Amino acid sequence: MEPKESRPETAVVTAINGPVVKVREASGLSMNELVVIGDRKLLGEVVELYQNGATIQVYEDTTGLEPGTLVHGQGLPLFVELGPGIIGRIFDGTQRPLSASFQESGAFVTPGRTVEALDRNKTWAFSPRLEAGANVFPGQVIGEVKELDHINHRILVPPDSRGSLLWIAPEDVYTVADRIALIEDPQGEQHELSLYHRWPVRRLRPCRERIMPSEPLFTGQRVVDFFFPLAKGGTAAIPGGFGTGKTITQQQLSKWADADIIVYIGCGERGNEMAGVLGDFPRLLDPRSGRPLIERTVLIANTSDMPVAAREASIYTGITIAEYYRDMGYHVAVMADSTSRWAEALREISGRLEEMPAEEGFPAYLASRLAQFYERAGAVITLGGERGSVSVIGAVSPPGGDFSEPVTQHTRRFVSTFWALDKEMASARYFPAINYLNSYSGYVGALASWWKEKAEPDWTAMRDQALQLLKEDARLQNIVKLIGEDALPDDQKATYLGARLIKEDFLQQSAYDPIDTYSQPEKQVLMLRLILRFIERMREAVRHRIPIYRIMDLPVLEEFHRMKTAFKGDDPAPFRAIEKRLEEEFEGLLRREVQPARKED
Amino acid sequence: MRDRSGIEYLGVSRVQGPLVFVQGVRSVGFREMAEVVAPDGRTRLGRVLAVSEDTAVVEVFEGTAGLSASRSKVRFLGQPFLYALTSEEVLGRVFDGLGRPIDGGSPPMAGEARDVNGLPVNPVARVYPQDFIQTGISAIDGMNALVRGQKLPIFSGSGLPQAQLAAQIVRQARLLQGEERFAIVFAAIGIKHEEAQFFRKDFEESGSLKNVAMFLNLADDPSIERLITPRIALTTAEQLAFVEDMHVLVILTDMTNYCEALREVATSKGEVPSRKGYPGYLYSDLASIYERAGRIATAKGSITQIPILTMPDDDITHPIPDLTGYITEGQIVLDRGLFQKGITPPINVLPSLSRLMSDGIGPGRTREDHQNLASQLYALYANAKRVETLASIIGEEELTAHDRLFLRFSQQFERRFISQDSCENRTVFETLDLGWELAMIFPAKDLSRVRPEQISQYGLKKGPMKNGKTSPISQQE
Repeated sequence: MEPKESRPETAVVTAINGPVVKVREASGLSMNELVVIGDRKLLGEVVELYQNGATIQVYEDTTGLEPGTLVHGQGLPLFVELGPGIIGRIFDGTQRPLSASFQESGAFVTPGRTVEALDRNKTWAFSPRLEAGANVFPGQVIGEVKELDHINHRILVPPDSRGSLLWIAPEDVYTVADRIALIEDPQGEQHELSLYHRWPVRRLRPCRERIMPSEPLFTGQRVVDFFFPLAKGGTAAIPGGFGTGKTITQQQLSKWADADIIVYIGCGERGNEMAGVLGDFPRLLDPRSGRPLIERTVLIANTSDMPVAAREASIYTGITIAEYYRDMGYHVAVMADSTSRWAEALREISGRLEEMPAEEGFPAYLASRLAQFYERAGAVITLGGERGSVSVIGAVSPPGGDFSEPVTQHTRRFVSTFWALDKEMASARYFPAINYLNSYSGYVGALASWWKEKAEPDWTAMRDQALQLLKEDARLQNIVKLIGEDALPDDQKATYLGARLIKEDFLQQSAYDPIDTYSQPEKQVLMLRLILRFIERMREAVRHRIPIYRIMDLPVLEEFHRMKTAFKGDDPAPFRAIEKRLEEEFEGLLRREVQPARKED
Repeated sequence: MRDRSGIEYLGVSRVQGPLVFVQGVRSVGFREMAEVVAPDGRTRLGRVLAVSEDTAVVEVFEGTAGLSASRSKVRFLGQPFLYALTSEEVLGRVFDGLGRPIDGGSPPMAGEARDVNGLPVNPVARVYPQDFIQTGISAIDGMNALVRGQKLPIFSGSGLPQAQLAAQIVRQARLLQGEERFAIVFAAIGIKHEEAQFFRKDFEESGSLKNVAMFLNLADDPSIERLITPRIALTTAEQLAFVEDMHVLVILTDMTNYCEALREVATSKGEVPSRKGYPGYLYSDLASIYERAGRIATAKGSITQIPILTMPDDDITHPIPDLTGYITEGQIVLDRGLFQKGITPPINVLPSLSRLMSDGIGPGRTREDHQNLASQLYALYANAKRVETLASIIGEEELTAHDRLFLRFSQQFERRFISQDSCENRTVFETLDLGWELAMIFPAKDLSRVRPEQISQYGLKKGPMKNGKTSPISQQE
């Protein structure tokens, strides 16, 4: 994958239209080749070739660019640098390190590349794991670097090299560019390895075998984990109009999901949101490791004011980094916010290329590009024989909140879990506004056996029961809208009240409350079990003709409202106490209300 | 860039809408400025929209009427649209849509020349906005709080009082503690004379005119000029905020006119349209305006943006409000129904939102109950709207006693909380107390989003309200 430095092909700019540049004398360029334009070193990529000419999409602002400027081919496609020094950092869509760029050129991002993606001066303590003479294969661990205290960065033989290890560096500190190993391939050619290698972002990193996702990705969000779960290596989409809480949901997932590494791609979104993440993540602690969240996070930011072509690239940059850590045997989760902006970047470039548009101006290849992206998710056995996974969660921003538009529709075809955000719920500040009627998860079956063996055998039954109740409630809501709540008979009122308990005291979850923001699986089970028990006792009481308003006045309900913000769930005792009160109060109610009736008999 | 002012091209090959095509050009840069000299000798400003080895497409800001194909001259200036200024030169003054003075004074040029297109802000350099701005308007402070460095648009409809609301915000906005140098940058984008006049008079009466820089492109000014006006205004704001450390409030009105100018150029160029004929890059283009708000680590100042736009046919899903809502940090939505009921400002809080509210309020900033109370009022009002629909079907008489509480709440909330006089300036604490008073129409067990301690501390507060302007419920009924 090394660039062919000796072959700087040049071409000449003939026309400029925004991020799209045409060149002539381009016979030396190849499709998707990375190019550098002019003295300002603007980065671009070849997207179209024709006789003697080519079209280039430029990842930077082209203001001031003139016809006649020289274009230098780099001999390799758009790539990322993969090595230690990625975690905890923020990059733009083409892996420009934004912190270094801030030091170098100030608060505004100027076009042109001056800083390398990975710091060339920083040193890393390398420990070899192999000895010279060994036969090495792609994906094999040749050594380790402590990237952060708790993140072991395994240095792997790149996917495209194999052979015998002629030499390996002794335990010491090295920069990413230092030579750390020498491999002779079966053809007898020698290749140097360093701590980093380059990989084209649009090419899938290979694995030994793909396996079925079967382990849940816990997020601490009740509506997700309990009702519409995602598996490690699975795919999910969050569609929703503006203000329905896509970004907050994405951020909650990136904070609390139990992946080893999170890659958060802010694609065409607000600058202040990235600033918020940069402010929050160093402060918040990962509930599992106790380390700041930033120490397991990689941020890719192409905010909406940054160049549009780099927005198209940012998604690939992010997922390639995710695959790299997957190859070390980690579980990685990718959050892409928002894939609609990426699709719009495709549309914008396509429009400037004067391609024939398909639906709503989007190019005809929108669906296949979306499929390619989501298919890079998956649970795998890596080349080195480890288990790893990449889960992808993509936010979708449908225009006008209308789910029938092309990006939402095509995304739906390629993801297994769908968390539909609801405008009406959001405007009542009911969060997370995930509509429990339209959402679904394709992993329920696969995860049921996991729950059965490892956590809560009744998970499927509890989930079915609660969802059934919510469905019935939705039907009743339609009636209530027309004739009012009072007209319902008591047994239907019980359904109505029961559903309300599930909605308000279980599903609704505050991202801002320090306790409620993360709900561990044990707590979720304890909470829902209590609510279902209440509903069961309520139905029994209704059968004994106890008026529903007496049940609604039970003081234990206050405890129900409080439990999500009062207890963390690591100790079941408070929940047992509530259950005890619940039973006592219902017993009391039955005694008071049913006994006199019997006396009359 | 190089000085090429010597080269002048005589004649243009084609004039189409606002565009002129110049052939035989050499070394012309993308987006560089051009001067087009009409046969009458008058010079118009333009900008290169696309360029190839022999043709440059120039959009002419002041329109192409009167241009001749053979006798027009074009000069390329070798640089993008630059604007140089300092606060002394612009505050208290009035300029046209291209930044030229129309108050008789001299043009600003003392500062460092900046490209009006601006540059993207490195997210690492951004400082997360957290300073609560009290606007004195309950529907905003209580429910959709504005913070310094936020971009919070007003979504309006034709004939709704968006100008009055914006003017009231400008008059009343202040921080709870401390006062620093502030300035207002006002950009009129294709609005009516009388509306621009209204703002001017309002600035004058409140004594803030000396702190205002006005850039006016009015309804009868050339429409293509509208593409530059907001950018000049924001370049001015960046100078004031990021070089001179001032806190700047930018009003951009009306962004709908801006989008229409963009569409006009795109269709003239023959681009593939996306929704409703707007170009596919409308989102990116709007973002390059709206994202120029905020705070950065290298300066003390801030830019708070209040863009105003008219929703065509009151439709919030129209591409202009829709894309705006995806970029800005919330929106204040005006509602015709409320306006017809006599509620002013007619802010419909349900679709309104402030994304930065939660970090700008709470203990140490406003009050610890603020977040919960706002959430509670939202829940009650949303449900009240459902009950109102029900009441219109089955009649008020058929409602339960409990549901009737919601009707009462809804009325009180709209008449007393949302509605307020255009010169009534409520402190955020008065707003919160009023909110509690209304929430307490309900028994405590209905208030599940506030904590029991908060109910006893704020909700059950005894004695008359400290604020003389809010009267007890009994007097209103």
